[in-house]
Amino acid sequence: MTLETTLLVAAALFCVGLFGALTQQSVVMLMMGLELMLGGVILGAAGVWRHLSPTADGQVLIVLAVTVMAVEMAVGFAVVTALFRTREADMTDMAAELRE
Amino acid sequence: MFGDVVFWVLSAVAVAAGVMVFRFDSMARATYALLLSLLCVGGLVVRLGLDYLGVVIVLMMTVEMALMAVFMVMYMMNPAGLMPMSMLHNTKGAAVVCGGLFVLLAAGIVLAPWPHRRGRPGDDATRALGESLMGPHMLTMMTLGLALFATIVATVVLATRRGRYDRFGDALRAPRADDPARGGVGR
Amino acid sequence: MAETAPLWAVVVLPLALVVLAGVAAGADAVLSAAHGGAGAWRRAADPWREAVRLLVQQPRRTRAADRWLGRIGIGLVPVAAVLAAAVVPWGLRPVTDPAVGVVWFNAMEALAWAAVWLAGWGPNSAFSLVGGYRFLAQGLAYELPHMLALTTAALGAESLRVGAVVAAQRGLWFVVWMPVAFAVHLLSAAALAFWGPFAHPLGRDVAGGAAAEWSGPDRLVLLAGRWLLLAAGAAFAVPLFLGGGHGPLLPAWLWTVVKTAAVLAALLGLRHLVPTVRMDRYMEVAWLVLVPLTLLQALVVAVVVLGRR
Repeated sequence: MTLETTLLVAAALFCVGLFGALTQQSVVMLMMGLELMLGGVILGAAGVWRHLSPTADGQVLIVLAVTVMAVEMAVGFAVVTALFRTREADMTDMAAELRE
Repeated sequence: MFGDVVFWVLSAVAVAAGVMVFRFDSMARATYALLLSLLCVGGLVVRLGLDYLGVVIVLMMTVEMALMAVFMVMYMMNPAGLMPMSMLHNTKGAAVVCGGLFVLLAAGIVLAPWPHRRGRPGDDATRALGESLMGPHMLTMMTLGLALFATIVATVVLATRRGRYDRFGDALRAPRADDPARGGVGR
Repeated sequence: MAETAPLWAVVVLPLALVVLAGVAAGADAVLSAAHGGAGAWRRAADPWREAVRLLVQQPRRTRAADRWLGRIGIGLVPVAAVLAAAVVPWGLRPVTDPAVGVVWFNAMEALAWAAVWLAGWGPNSAFSLVGGYRFLAQGLAYELPHMLALTTAALGAESLRVGAVVAAQRGLWFVVWMPVAFAVHLLSAAALAFWGPFAHPLGRDVAGGAAAEWSGPDRLVLLAGRWLLLAAGAAFAVPLFLGGGHGPLLPAWLWTVVKTAAVLAALLGLRHLVPTVRMDRYMEVAWLVLVPLTLLQALVVAVVVLGRR
């Protein structure tokens, strides 16, 4: 349970989540990838708190990450709902024209 | 020794469940695999000495994933995964990017000359967090609160189908809201 | 106070919870039969008889069911109840007294919440999925006021440790100056067990809801888990608001039992007096009435705690 092993696990979680976020076409699956990445961030922050700098700042970082997860999910689903209402789209590729 | 075993089991389950999220065909299974993964992260955070944050992660992620399952089932064309299908794009590129990133991160983690720890974890990490949030980090806390409030308003505006003009008429003068079902406080 | 119970308590705790839940279910059967006239007392053993019947019942199967996921959900209901009860002090000594016991109870309660959706999803049946969705909506309604009620008790004790909450009530029980939080906790205990007035997820109008397709031992685990949740929720009201094991004359453990029984009796009365509430109606009551009330309650408690310093 050293710093290195904790960070390695966190990095693995982050990369698995990133893979999901990059490959999934469905917006909801993409968000699951984002959640996984933030899970990795939380674990990494906890590891750094424990092994490098056990001050409250590290804990505040985790609170921040957890809040970001909640906000990301709420806004994500609201956007999907709005998109779905207007054009029956739930895939990232279908929403590509939003770019223009 | 026992602590190490717990750590490795939780880590292995967290990563394995994370991988399974994107391999399951059934959306319910994928969501709850993600829940399992994040529960393990919560357990690891508790093991690292942050009891409060670990349990809060468990609590929040459980609620979040239970709600996520609803949206997964709502928006996926094949929620139960009874007909296996692939909904992926750019798999190869993503694999290269993620594999490369992991190698890079791992190299950095292993090779970096990490400094020694400054100070010891206090007896009561929860108290330290609370005093920090209500003291030096008050601004962070207030910003978070504001962001969450903005999120609530924004999500309702984005997702609602019936606004007040639908409920109370164009001039907002209807004596009683035109709702499909009456609510609990008799409106 | 800080010392925890010996190791055998880990084995005794689930058994004690099962007995408590069984007695409560028996009392409920007696109350239900009391309208029918004499001989109602004989119904007290009904829950156990029903349990044996379910054990030997031929299980029914549905097509294309996600049996595994459903079983995980069903199994999680009693497991979450026992894990939640682990932080409840029986007498003055809990099985375990983590520093964040109050949050732990809340987390386990949420786990049961997620589990019921799984139980509804598993059998691949429309009615049972409707039941699962209903419980999710109901959870959104009761969780928020309940969290605030739990927070209020922790605030009054200035600690998240259940043992410290009990110790803070040596003189005055929290129920006296936190009546709103106590009432909300009672409502939430019934709601988290999707029982009594909050039994809509298993309602008759959806043919049994989340439990519709489950039969045999599976059904037993789900329905027993529900009673265990109720017992755990009622038992947790005792250390939070009713002074835990504190009381004159009787030993601490007996006080805990007496108080828990009283809370359960109040809940049984609630069930027989109040009809089932639709979850969207309760949602509006919970968010428009209970949340502001519990927030005010928390404010009052916070002011008192600050003034006491």
